[in-house]
Amino acid sequence: MSPTVPARFPPLPALRAAVFSLLTYAALAGTARAALEIEVTSGVRDPVPIAIVPFARAVPADGGLDVAEVIQHDLEGSGRFKALARERMPATPTRTEEVAAPAWKAAGSDYVVVGRVVAGEGGNLAVEFDLINTLTGAKLATQRFTGAPSALRNAAHRVSDAVYQKILGVRGAFATRIAYVAVDGEPPAQRYQLIVADADGANQHLILESRFPLMSPAWSPDGQWLAYVSFETKHSAVYTQLVRTGERRQVSARAGINGAPEWSPDGKKLALTLGGTGGNPDIYILDLASQGLTRITDDPAIDTEPVWSADGRNLFFTSDRAGSPQIYQIAAQAGARPKRITFGSSYSARPRVSPDGTLLAMVTLDNGSYRVAVQELASNTVRTLSHGRLDESPSFAPNGATLIYAERDSNRGALATVSTDGLTGLRLKSSQGEVREPAWGPFIP
Amino acid sequence: MTEKVSMHRLILVLLLAVSVGLSACASKKPKPAAPAAPSDASSAQNNGAGDAGAAAGAGMDDEAAGPQGGLLATRIVYFDFDSSEIKGSGTDVVASHAKFLAGHSGTRVRLEGHTDERGSREYNIGLGERRAQAVRRALLLQGASDAQISTVSYGEERPAVSGHDETSWAKNRRVEIVYLAAPAGATKP
Repeated sequence: MSPTVPARFPPLPALRAAVFSLLTYAALAGTARAALEIEVTSGVRDPVPIAIVPFARAVPADGGLDVAEVIQHDLEGSGRFKALARERMPATPTRTEEVAAPAWKAAGSDYVVVGRVVAGEGGNLAVEFDLINTLTGAKLATQRFTGAPSALRNAAHRVSDAVYQKILGVRGAFATRIAYVAVDGEPPAQRYQLIVADADGANQHLILESRFPLMSPAWSPDGQWLAYVSFETKHSAVYTQLVRTGERRQVSARAGINGAPEWSPDGKKLALTLGGTGGNPDIYILDLASQGLTRITDDPAIDTEPVWSADGRNLFFTSDRAGSPQIYQIAAQAGARPKRITFGSSYSARPRVSPDGTLLAMVTLDNGSYRVAVQELASNTVRTLSHGRLDESPSFAPNGATLIYAERDSNRGALATVSTDGLTGLRLKSSQGEVREPAWGPFIP
Repeated sequence: MTEKVSMHRLILVLLLAVSVGLSACASKKPKPAAPAAPSDASSAQNNGAGDAGAAAGAGMDDEAAGPQGGLLATRIVYFDFDSSEIKGSGTDVVASHAKFLAGHSGTRVRLEGHTDERGSREYNIGLGERRAQAVRRALLLQGASDAQISTVSYGEERPAVSGHDETSWAKNRRVEIVYLAAPAGATKP
């Protein structure tokens, strides 16, 4: 009856622990689920032409990972770069000194990335790269990332982050993670899985599996914990779980609805929705250390989906107190009065705040379709970003440049991303089952 | 890529095998019903009346068969879009369950509220709860007692059918009246 947690907490009988550690091993091997495949649905008109030359290998410590391929996949997946095909490369340099800039310019590349995977001390690997401007031949950046061989893919994502930042002026968010819910099977025999993966959909880890719904995953600001809702007791309850070990705590299983957890920016509190026995959902703040509860709203309408402002002083939430769901803002303290902030649609719900605090992402009803939109909080200008029929659950990348959301692609749930300017988009398709409720994690130090 | 996919299948099979094995060794009491076979599930999709049985097949091991005569065999109340108003045949269904509960004070039900898939998920949890509460109030008004009734909202998370059209949505906007087997004291921690 209880869901499957691939970890040793809470304590399990020996047999179960043994089986779980086998499963944990399988999940850590990075092959726990079919890959999410990326398809670029719209890209910028003039992507930056770049060449990612195959890196010098450290055989066999690198486990056969093609670091340059991971970087190329990241940069092209952003929709902002166009990579030179390997067969068209004039040479295969691995150091700046070996790069004949004019030949790369002639091949159409404005930039070249070369690099090396080098065996280091204590079995570690180092990834070094150089970024070269082909017009001037100048080395624009060089950096070295060191870590265990198992972290090599992460190091490749960090190279992507650095290249993206150097060329576009915005920190890349490739070396981050996403959490999402995957659902297999047909009603009523569905299985729900909470998955954590790299931002490119690779390296998937099963966090929790249940025959009852799992929903609303939310990252702690330090990227160590997830909060989520599970119905495993045939009743909604909010849990927090340490991603690395699987350690799990039930933090709210009060009568009625326990839902929509969102961490405060300082990581000490959760905003959440509680329904009580009367079934009227209102917004509360739960102090995780003291378990103290502060009621924020008290209204007969449905008040739910709270999210914190970037400074932690305010909450945004969905309420149908005016008849249809709209988004309201309220100070994060007892007795505050809410202020409605959406007016452009008959349905505006599920707010999320951009990392810089200037944009509110939401789901709005737009000509009969549910779509992802962003509202500038200063001007209240709204831009619709997605084009699906049933788009939902937008979540900002930690660099604020991109949103990930869920859509129904040919009647199957898929994840998609769109840049906050609406210009570039791509889709992460699961080869099996439905994926939904993506939550983009924070930068990992 | 092929290797990854087959590995995935292998692990899925492993997971299923493990969870079946675990629930088998973890549960001390016999299960009331075998899980619905896939063919049963798909036939339930084509027929809204199969929903309650199908829910039992999903492993709700605290459930009882409950009364079966006449309207009492109907356990689902349907709703219009964005509405929690009980109407049409739903009124009679709720009335017959209220009468039964009023005459059987030791019997308990769980009202499970559901919505269609449109709109945001947590907001739909609120809408499903509103529907469950509407049925609860109607049962109370007609003689059932508060101690006999609990509610839960699954929002859009546990659809009866998986389609993405109005016909499917109409089957998913519902409250299921679930009769419970054990007294309150016997529930697991």
